Formats: sequence, C-alpha cells, structure tokens
Amino acid sequence: MIEGRTILGSIGLAILVVFAIVAILAPHIAPYDPHQMYRPLEHPSSRHLLGTDNIGNDILSELIYGTRVSLFIAFVVSVISMIVGTSLGLIAGYFDKLGFLIMRVVDVFLTIPRLPLIIVIASFIRPSVWNLIAIFLIFGWLMTARIIRSEVLTLRRRYYIDATKMIGGSDCYILWRHILPNVVPLVVVQFIMEATHVILAESGLSFLGLGDPIARSWGMVLHDAFECPIIYVSDIWMWWMLPPGLCIVFTVLGLTFVGYALEETLDPKLKSQAYGREL
Amino acid sequence: MNLLEITDLKTYFPTQDGIVRAVDTIDLSIRERETLGLIGETGCGKTVLGLTILRLLHPTTTVEGTIIYRGSNLLKITEAEMRRIRGEEIAMILQNPTTSLNPVMRVGEQIAEAIRLHQGLSRKDAKEKAIEILDSVRIPSPSGRVNEYPHEFSGGMKQRVMIAIGLACDPALIIADEPTKGLDVTIKSQIVTLLEEVTEDTAMLLITHDLGVARALCDRIALMYAGELVEYATTREIFENPLHPYTRGFLGSLPSNGLVPIPGMSPSLINLPDGCRFHPRCDHAKAICQKKHPDMIEIEDGHFVRCFHA
Repeated sequence: MIEGRTILGSIGLAILVVFAIVAILAPHIAPYDPHQMYRPLEHPSSRHLLGTDNIGNDILSELIYGTRVSLFIAFVVSVISMIVGTSLGLIAGYFDKLGFLIMRVVDVFLTIPRLPLIIVIASFIRPSVWNLIAIFLIFGWLMTARIIRSEVLTLRRRYYIDATKMIGGSDCYILWRHILPNVVPLVVVQFIMEATHVILAESGLSFLGLGDPIARSWGMVLHDAFECPIIYVSDIWMWWMLPPGLCIVFTVLGLTFVGYALEETLDPKLKSQAYGREL
Repeated sequence: MNLLEITDLKTYFPTQDGIVRAVDTIDLSIRERETLGLIGETGCGKTVLGLTILRLLHPTTTVEGTIIYRGSNLLKITEAEMRRIRGEEIAMILQNPTTSLNPVMRVGEQIAEAIRLHQGLSRKDAKEKAIEILDSVRIPSPSGRVNEYPHEFSGGMKQRVMIAIGLACDPALIIADEPTKGLDVTIKSQIVTLLEEVTEDTAMLLITHDLGVARALCDRIALMYAGELVEYATTREIFENPLHPYTRGFLGSLPSNGLVPIPGMSPSLINLPDGCRFHPRCDHAKAICQKKHPDMIEIEDGHFVRCFHA
C-alpha cells in the first residue's frame, strides 16, 4: 500500500520534472522555431518528427513551446493563488470581523459557476497569456482561502497559541511563526489541485479558441487541429491531435500522482489505515 | 511594597444563559519573591484569575477593578505595553504541557522565541541561552535536546520545558497553572523541587488543587470558592488553624486525613446561591448563612476568612 503510493508519487514527480525541463529549455530542445513555415501537412519524417500542420509549422516544436505556455500559466496562477489565498485565509481565520467580510466575498464568488464565467470573460477581452492568468486568478484563491481559514479556526484555539501570547507574541507573530507552519501541508495540496485545475481549464479555453494565438499552448494546438477538417479523413490526427492531448493527460496525471503520494505524507491517518488493511 | 496588588477584581463572561461570574470581587496581593497558593475546586475561577492578570481573555469579557503591578494598572495600559509585560515581567506556565508546545517547532526555538521577542538577541545567542535554561531546569544533555521536537519529550520533560519557557526572560512573577497536573508522584516531586529552586528569587502565583504541592511551595495560601476568596492566611495557619468550613472540608478530603469528601457540588457561576455561597454544602449553616453574604474579616493578623462562625 505504502509502497504503491511512493512509487506513484515518484512517477508523477518524474513526469512533472521532464515537462518542466522541456518548458525551461524549450529554445534549446525544439528543432525549429514554432512560427517558421515549411511545407504544410507533411507526414512524420526524420526532418519533422511529428510532421507539420496546415500552415507548415513543425508540430513537435509547437508542442515544446506549448509546454512552456501551459506550464507557465498554471505555475503563475497557482503561486499567486496560493500566496493570496493563504494570506487571506490566515487573516480570515484569525480575525473574526475581517474574516466575516472576506468569507462573504468568497461566498459570493463561489456561487458563480466558474468555467462558464471564465469563458464569458475570456471571450470579451483580448486573448493573451497575461489576460488568461488574470481571469484564472479571479477564482483561484477562493478555495484556498476558505480551506486555510477553517484550519486556522481550529489552530488558533490550541494551547500553544495561548502559550505564545503569554510570552508576549503579537497576533502577526503568532500567525507567521505558529499558525502558518501548521497549514503548510494544506497549502501544498491546494497548490497541486489549483495547478491541475488551471492546466485543464486553460486547455479547455484554448480549445474553444479563447487562448493566446501568438503564444500557443497545448490547448491551442488542439484547437488548430480541430479547425482543420482534414484530420477527420486522414491519419494526420495521430501526430497532430493525439500528442497535445497526451501532454495534457500526462501533466494532469503527474500532478494527481504527486498529490496522491503527498496526501499520505501529510495525513498520517491514511498510513495507519493502510497498515490495518495489510493486517 | 507589593509586587502585584489586586483590588475588587471582577471578571464576568456574558453568555446566552446569563452572566458567568468567574471572578467576583477578589482582593489579593503578592509580595516580591513570595509564593502565593491559589487553591480551589475545578471551575471556581482560579485559571480565569491568572488569565485576567495577563489580559488574555476574550474581548467580550468584562473586567472591573484594578491590578497594580509595580505601580501601573495592568487593566489600563495599552496592548503593546501589555505584550512587553507578558513573558518579560509576568510569565505563565500552562497546565497542559503536551498541548502547550507547538508540535512543528523545535523545543529550543520555542524557548528561544520568548527570549528573542523581548531581548532582540540573535538566533545563535538565543539558542545558547535556551541551552543554558534547559540545563537549569535539569534536562540532560540540553545541547542535543534543543534540536528535538516536543513529541520526543516525555510528559515530565515537557513540563520542564514549559517552566523553562516561563523562566526564559527572568520574570518577576510566574503564574503557574497546575504545574503538576497529570504527572506521576515521582515526577511531581521533582517538578515541585525544581519550582522551589527556580522561584527562589521570583514571586509565584501557584494555581492548584493539590494541597500537598501548595504546602511544599507556598508562603501564603488563598482558598477560592465559587469565584471569591473564602480564606487567606499563611500556609502554616491554613494547615494548623483552618477557620472556614470549606478549608476544613478541603483538608479533610486529603488522603492522609481520611479522604472525606465535601458533600454536594460547587454551584454554577451563573446562579449563585443567596447568602453565603458555601451554605448549601456547609455542616454549620444557620439561618443567617442563607440570607446574608458574609464579608471577609481579619480574625488574626494576616488571617482572613469569609464566614459568620469563624
């Protein structure tokens, strides 16, 4: 049981590391400039490993640069959501009046269906990477803030918080030194969940044609493929449509595996259950 | 001069069922270097009194009266001044060492933070001081143990760590809230010895319901019942010449005195009985006890009691 989780976690981490390296070293790895045009709709060959698309761009290079775009958006959104959500969650959990205010804002935002609104907003503003990031950020911090708050609500009643007050610790000091370290596990899990969500949502938006047409993500490559009717009648879908889809699937799988493995490290109760089953 | 002078202190909690009068008109003073025992049953307001002194109660609590510490009224000063006093001037040792230490922080850091909050020492100096303090509370190989986490310490050791945190800034007054609760007899006597040593130059308010511990440590003892003091005298007087029926009952309930329980239950702090608060449980209760609330009277020099029949 435990072994299984660790192995899955390692696999997930390996997948993510590979994608991260690809994203960082994209210009060095990609065989061609993704905007450079060659003969369109070429089949895979030693010159173009995944062939070319309908306007003659090398699909492999597009995918490699797409990794950069997809991961960059997911990373930036998750990091900012994590920082904002955690800070607001800490404040909301610790200070009652401010917390009430923050949570009512969260409630209002949570009643709005997330994806449809994102689609509506995205279709009204100029599609670009930074605009996409901004749209995802509107909703990214909500769940983190709420989950962190509920944890802080129980943490602040612990005796060691009283003990810290008794040696003269201020509220900010207590939040930073005593409460924050105790919510880190939750923050990590939320970070992974948010990254997974953004990868999928960004692919979805791009697939609908609402992504950045210049910096093309995996979703955008998929979108281009589906725009081109020829994929329905020839083998070309195998190297045009399948690879970006697999990239998305593997990234999400990698994140999920890591999350699954961390779940146990962060919640030792799962471990004892695993032992119980073995016995 | 008294180090701490409490006059007319009232701590009331408003609740849905009514006002809880946890501390009701208490007068108490602690001299420099003195150990004062505050004794009473569970729920009589002992801990609340300690928390009131440090101003750590929920903001909806009403506190009246004065708490004069070295000339300044603790109930009037600003929160920032109060924070300076907490830990540096008045330290509190909590009753649950196991839950009063942060599980994700090294023991040394938790001692060092008390020092760093007040003295602005560097991380390294504070750690060295933490080792010194751990050594002074008799923790073996302190230089190694500062880097351990609370779960690696036993119950008695954790209580030593709590005492170390309390002592970290050399406070003038330590409020020890049942420091021997939940410890076995051997460890308990070790902790009592330790407290005796470390409070030689420090005043201590010892909150406990353990008369044995109080007898070993205290110069004077105050008995508390249902939010108010009922008897207040030197330790010797309390043990040799107890005047209040509650004090006598408390002494009689000691194992060495035959384990005779006091009949009845301590009253709810919302609906206090009329007259003397102890009269429903008192053998000597007369008509007057049901009607009139007795005042604290000084029977002998320094021996106060709240009873009509003393």
